[in-house]
Amino acid sequence: MKFLRDFLDSKEHLFHKGGKLEKMYPLYEAIDTFAYTPADVTAGQTHVRDGIDLKRTMITVAMALFPVIIWTLYNTGYQANAVLASTGAEAEGWRASVMAMLNLAHDPANIASNMVYGFLWFFPVFLVTQIAGGTVELIFSVIRKHEINEGFLVTGILYPLILPPTIPLWQVALGIIFGVLVGKEIYGGTGKNIFNPALTARAFLFFAYPAQISGDAVWTAVDGYTGATALGQAAAGGLDAVTYSWSELFFGLVPGSMGETSTLACLLGAVYLIATGIGSWTIMLSVVIGMIVTSMGLNLIGSETNFMFNIPWYYHFVMGGFAFAFVFMATDPVSASMTTKGKWFYGFGIGVMGIVVRCINPAFPEGWMLAILFMNAMGPLIDYFVINSNIKRRMARNG
Amino acid sequence: MKIKELVFDPILKNNPIALQILGVCSALAVTVQLKNVVVMCVAVTLVIALANMSVSIIRNHIPGSIRIIVQMTIIASLVIIAEQFLKAFLFDQWKTMAVYVGLIITNCIVMGRTEAFALKNGPVASFFDGIGNGLGYSFILLFVGFFRELFGSGKVFGYTVFELSKDGGWYEANGLALLPPSAFFLIGLIIWILRTKDPSQVEPQA
Repeated sequence: MKFLRDFLDSKEHLFHKGGKLEKMYPLYEAIDTFAYTPADVTAGQTHVRDGIDLKRTMITVAMALFPVIIWTLYNTGYQANAVLASTGAEAEGWRASVMAMLNLAHDPANIASNMVYGFLWFFPVFLVTQIAGGTVELIFSVIRKHEINEGFLVTGILYPLILPPTIPLWQVALGIIFGVLVGKEIYGGTGKNIFNPALTARAFLFFAYPAQISGDAVWTAVDGYTGATALGQAAAGGLDAVTYSWSELFFGLVPGSMGETSTLACLLGAVYLIATGIGSWTIMLSVVIGMIVTSMGLNLIGSETNFMFNIPWYYHFVMGGFAFAFVFMATDPVSASMTTKGKWFYGFGIGVMGIVVRCINPAFPEGWMLAILFMNAMGPLIDYFVINSNIKRRMARNG
Repeated sequence: MKIKELVFDPILKNNPIALQILGVCSALAVTVQLKNVVVMCVAVTLVIALANMSVSIIRNHIPGSIRIIVQMTIIASLVIIAEQFLKAFLFDQWKTMAVYVGLIITNCIVMGRTEAFALKNGPVASFFDGIGNGLGYSFILLFVGFFRELFGSGKVFGYTVFELSKDGGWYEANGLALLPPSAFFLIGLIIWILRTKDPSQVEPQA
């Protein structure tokens, strides 16, 4: 590794003021701090309570996503292999060639085959996200003359996880460019965005190219194969029509957006986020409470024509993207409410809105993306009311 | 004020949509197809210009307390004329735009100009101020309409530019561009560009 350090040091002067590549300093800085701990230390009289900074926060979130990513690789491959095995269809394209080269059969019982095939579907999406989104980040850092920060690292991992495996790569690029640009940079960059950039990117794709991100044909990585998600089945025929058991849904052995299938993996991430203090347990808990209250309310009302009304809350909990949404999306500290009391309202609102969209609106089978974006917009407003009521209360107390 | 300034200032320097944020509703509603945009722009420009001129002519005779009603009556009459004209000569266009033509009456730019300009200035200046603001409005609508039609249906003025994939071409239609909210993004982008070029348009920080 000494070689890399020497190389970076020998090129450093090029990026400093007056150097040839002065404009590209953010790129140099990003590579350097990605590989090494910065040498800068605080000088003068400082008041440090904790060594936590943006980099550590973001890397903690990335670590929390680890079980989800492992499961993503396994399940994406497993779903595709299972369909290939049961229908007898042949896998096509470059991925099939790679599999043949590695001597891996499309066998759903073979863990290695599942992992590798899942990787071959997930990785291109991930790579395109990093390149396209990273380029936008770089352009803005150069223009604004600040460093590339780690905020995009998390966005760039979250975003591929909430896409279906069959998504065309040019749409992946278009989505993340829109997400980073409109969801983040125009508000001033990391830490100033109103909306969650990963969800903004997905919402763009959802409205712009609905055929490739909704419906029944996109969730399994096999060409031309149609298989509804558990939510699709539930919307069409109620709980009886769902062909997956509760435990299958909980462990995530179902088709869906790549990273959202496993409730268990998300909960493991949640435990890690709460234990490290990075994710807010208040928000997670209040989203779950909002979801349970609303779905029980709908259960009470009941409906003859809309099957979603009768789905019990513990199925809502494991179906679709709920677990991923409340653990990783709702807790984004920048776009959520900041005040403690506000977090309760914010989370509860997400829980309510998500179920309302999921169950009552037939046009949208899933509701968490829209619910979170909606509450993102409400977040600052909630904070405003919480702070004002606090001011009023203290004024009344102290005269 | 010179006529040249009256006509050209509202296009970039003092745009009714991008700076005054007036008349946004119709910028979202009619911009799916450029054909409709052009009809709408011509109608709005004429209505603003004529309403401005008419109000300006009688400005010294309008009692202040009922001036809004008088202005509304004039604007409403002009809008009805515009609508009848479209019904008679451009019936197909009128059908696709229908209610939005009638809604020119509620377009804030028209009322805003008669109230802010025509009541204080002579008929000729008012007329050209109306033309200028109509052009400013048209500029934004054409920009928004151009990109929405191009990205949403691969066409410009109804002529195919990008062959759609559903007709065997390469271009995948962007469904977002067909939805009204996409106009918000486009108008936002124009405002961003305008204010970057001309920082005096940026509101002072509170």
